[in-house]
Amino acid sequence: MAASASDPQASPLVVAGLSHAFGQRQALRDVSFELRRGDRTMLLGLNGAGKTTLFSLITRLYNHRGGSIRIFGWEIRKKPSEALSRLGVVFQLPTLDPDLSVAQNLFYHAALHGLPRREAAARIRREIERVGLTDRMHEKARTLSGGQRRRVEIARALIHQPKMLLLDEPTVGLDIASRQFLLDHVRMLCREEGLAALWATHLIDEVDSAARVIVLHRGSILAEGPVPDVIRKANAASIREAFDKLTGERGE
Amino acid sequence: MKPIHYYRCLRGIVWREGLRFVNQRGRFIAALVRPLVWLVIFAAGFRFVLGVSIIPPYQTYIPYEEYIAPGLIGMIQLFQAMQSTLSMVWDREMGSMRTLLVSPLPRWFLLVSKMVATVAVAVLQSYVFLGIAWFWGIQPPPIGYLTVLPALILSGMMLSALGLFISSAIRQLENFAGVMNFVIFPMFFASSALYPLWTVREANEKLYYVCMVNPFTHAVELVRFALYEQFNGEACAVVAAALVVFMALAILGYDPGRGLIVRRGGGPE
Repeated sequence: MAASASDPQASPLVVAGLSHAFGQRQALRDVSFELRRGDRTMLLGLNGAGKTTLFSLITRLYNHRGGSIRIFGWEIRKKPSEALSRLGVVFQLPTLDPDLSVAQNLFYHAALHGLPRREAAARIRREIERVGLTDRMHEKARTLSGGQRRRVEIARALIHQPKMLLLDEPTVGLDIASRQFLLDHVRMLCREEGLAALWATHLIDEVDSAARVIVLHRGSILAEGPVPDVIRKANAASIREAFDKLTGERGE
Repeated sequence: MKPIHYYRCLRGIVWREGLRFVNQRGRFIAALVRPLVWLVIFAAGFRFVLGVSIIPPYQTYIPYEEYIAPGLIGMIQLFQAMQSTLSMVWDREMGSMRTLLVSPLPRWFLLVSKMVATVAVAVLQSYVFLGIAWFWGIQPPPIGYLTVLPALILSGMMLSALGLFISSAIRQLENFAGVMNFVIFPMFFASSALYPLWTVREANEKLYYVCMVNPFTHAVELVRFALYEQFNGEACAVVAAALVVFMALAILGYDPGRGLIVRRGGGPE
């Protein structure tokens, strides 16, 4: 496996035959998909579809039972360190320490990835500038609005320069302007820097036609591919209609 | 990951724990005032109730304040360890535990770093307390301030390992009230922190044995002897053994393959 692991052409994320259960409840069933460089993939599913379980497994909060997860060729169970160091994550719950300043939060993250301080300082300046919060650097995180905190969290996820970004329902509770900012920012990262992004959401109108989509329902993938293809295959006029047809339920 | 990465990570975790302690002003003041209240008010009230005879490591009759000072250092460490527990649970509810666990460094190392960070803050608090207590007449021999350091580190590691294990086992934030009731108070009161164990034995034989198996008793005794330049081998062995057991349980509790975290799942969807 070492050969494929060091392969610079390895896909950012390959999930193959992934299954997971909590006791009797089957959370994921034989889930397989792949993300390529620059792919922006929306993981669309209702609450309880298995999105958070999938993210917990990819970030190795706990081990998967069946199947495999590879990040740039590194199997997460066997080489967690190599896999996690190439992964940037924005969690669903707010994760900034409210008692620390923005800069302190970011330096803490840099330390967790073993970055030297000077290098961390330069990267932090760059990332925080890109999300337009340079003037808030030294304020405590609790003084920021929800949208600003999310922007800091995106900046934080990029400090160790991962080429794969996971976002777990990042827009929940945000206003329209903040939501748009995040969508545009991630679009730019994928287009201009070749990042692969997996963006989980239950909001169908976040899925635009330029993205790829994975429809996850009750632990199984019902459809996967570029949005126009998924719409066409489902014989629908819009992604909303396609989703309703595929799941037999009405999405948000 | 090379040793330098481990070092930077450890330094970052300790630095953050220190910042959190200083930045949460209420917690900072409470942590400094709590043992002083016990020393100045409680001990003054009880010095005529509880007679302390000459027991090792003391070579003369001592005032009650002097007896409970090591117990109050133990209390500082116990609170600091459990507050770290609280913050782990709080962190996890808030999700910032997740940021710690996606670090590419091995999980056991992250947990040990968290323990070291907790102990570093507790040791600082202990010395501030000893400094203030000096003016209150608690004046152990000067070398004692040096010999107490390893005892503080060992007992602090043991208590924070216990705290980490508890944090992997309890789920909800409101359960910290339970931690106070079922961990902090019983551990503190069923120990030699406030009264020598021979007085407990005279009052209740069973309670005496409870105190003897309480690792906190041995943490307090280890600190008490070390503060007077003496080494208590039995206490040291018990504390070290408890540290190994609690640390193993904590690492198991957070293990992605076996831990309690697995059975529980990743929280709400």
